[in-house]
Amino acid sequence: MKTTTTIAGRLAVSAAALLLALTGCAGAGSGPDDTATTAPAADALSVTDSWVKAADTGMSAAFGVLENSGRTDVIVVSAESPAAGMLELHETVVNDTGEMVMQRKENGFVVPADGSLELAPGGNHIMLMALTGPIKAGDEVTVTLTLSDGSTVDFTAAAKDFSGANETYPGDMKTGAEE
Amino acid sequence: MTAGQEPPTAGGLSRRHLLLGGAAAGIGAAGAIGIDLAGEAGAAPSGAPVATPLNGTETVPYFGIHQAGIDTTPQGHATFLALNLRDTVDRAALKRMMRILTGDAARLTQGEGALADTEPELAVTPARLTVTFGFGPGLVARAAGEAPVWLRPLPAFGIDRLDPAWTGGDLLVQVAADDPVTIAHATRMLLKDLRSFATLHWVQTGFRRAPGSEKPGTTMRNLFGQVDGTVNAVPGTEDFEQLVWATGENPDWLVGGTGYVLRRVSMDLDKWDGLDRSGRESAMGRTLVNGAPLTGTNERDEPDFTATTPLGFPVIPEYSHLRRARSENRAERIVRRGYNYDDAPTGEGISNSGLLFVSYQADVDRQYVPIQQRLDTLDLLNQWTTPIGSAVFAIPPGCKPEGYIGDTLF
Repeated sequence: MKTTTTIAGRLAVSAAALLLALTGCAGAGSGPDDTATTAPAADALSVTDSWVKAADTGMSAAFGVLENSGRTDVIVVSAESPAAGMLELHETVVNDTGEMVMQRKENGFVVPADGSLELAPGGNHIMLMALTGPIKAGDEVTVTLTLSDGSTVDFTAAAKDFSGANETYPGDMKTGAEE
Repeated sequence: MTAGQEPPTAGGLSRRHLLLGGAAAGIGAAGAIGIDLAGEAGAAPSGAPVATPLNGTETVPYFGIHQAGIDTTPQGHATFLALNLRDTVDRAALKRMMRILTGDAARLTQGEGALADTEPELAVTPARLTVTFGFGPGLVARAAGEAPVWLRPLPAFGIDRLDPAWTGGDLLVQVAADDPVTIAHATRMLLKDLRSFATLHWVQTGFRRAPGSEKPGTTMRNLFGQVDGTVNAVPGTEDFEQLVWATGENPDWLVGGTGYVLRRVSMDLDKWDGLDRSGRESAMGRTLVNGAPLTGTNERDEPDFTATTPLGFPVIPEYSHLRRARSENRAERIVRRGYNYDDAPTGEGISNSGLLFVSYQADVDRQYVPIQQRLDTLDLLNQWTTPIGSAVFAIPPGCKPEGYIGDTLF
């Protein structure tokens, strides 16, 4: 289990992530394949700039940057949070009518080796459904990511009032077609 | 599905920006001052001459004992916001509010987009951005905190013509930078954070000379053309420490903080036009050319109030601003950090200008009020100046990276 935090810890975490990235590069030539000592994927994954959209009821979404300092891809397969009854990993795709829609990302989020994946409004995001209570601006919401090897990463996301991130889902009632 | 098939999101620029921003913030948090070269490091080929750092890349550290924006060399532009808390905001909500504001202010001042920043490209030019928060009487009461005795509206002065639209407020946000675009963006982000907690009461914008226009340390001129603010304690000196950061009888939560007065002083430029140069100088007690006292030759010469003209009148008139503002009691001093304003006139007028008089003092009642009482009684400048707005705030101390502004109060 790894824990990263927002606001307070974020600055330190960013710096640490950079250091990890640097040491990762430096060590790359020493042993191309040391699978015998494979560490949990969670050791390589950190989450920075995390936030969640404030919402009174219903649904919300969490965003941030997933950074992988390791030499193999990290796959996030699921997410949990005390703030919501159900969480899903979502992506944004263009449907056959040319509309941008959100849908569940069946195979999880792939965070490339020595790279990162941004979760942002209009792109990949973590959907929070069946909120267990209002998420108010300034609240800190804890999210636990489970990775493909079973290891987990915790992060806290600061809640922000945000006008965007109004998802459209296939089959949703549409509020109006594009002009 | 592979990583290569991930849809291009906001893309490499955003990621690079976030990473660089994070690194710069880390440096700021560690206490390093000034120029953020990290953003430029990758661009210059090794051995190439290093370009002159741009004003826009300069940062002021955010975290520390004191909030930035008080002992910071005044930036070229400032926007002052006062907000009133919504009725539903309680102590717990105040904590949430200040946490979110602190987090975003910390990022923005280091040239990093706020969380959920919809225009993060506007944040990468911090230009010495500082964001300073102040608490009005209403906020301290809402937090059920102990208020310093001076945290209340100033006594009514005879010269005041206060407009409620420019007076009071629960929360002050002072946003200052050397670039007005930076200020506009930071202000927008902070107001978005505040929407569910408070409503906007007033906005005042001010300016000084642009950075680089004058030698650093030059005393500002107001729109009357006067050198304004010659007698000011210098940050870092014992004098400044005493006047601004002294703990005195302030409550414990205010240690490391100070008292804040903002007066909107309308200056009647059209009436001022009717006064000739010697009249202008005697009203002030200083020359216009360099701000020297009328008994001296250089700006910082000590005035000689005993000197008389051949006719026996004081060279520095009894009614002059310089004479009236000066107290025999050295404790009755303040630190000023004002800004000019020059707003759109209404009706037939061609000017709507003045001074956003901002002063810092550990104890408003003991330091500021006696000065203003003397000026209220007699100051020839009152003929041309009118206070039309007034507000007093307590500036809480700075915070550590793991804390937030106001954490000593809540």
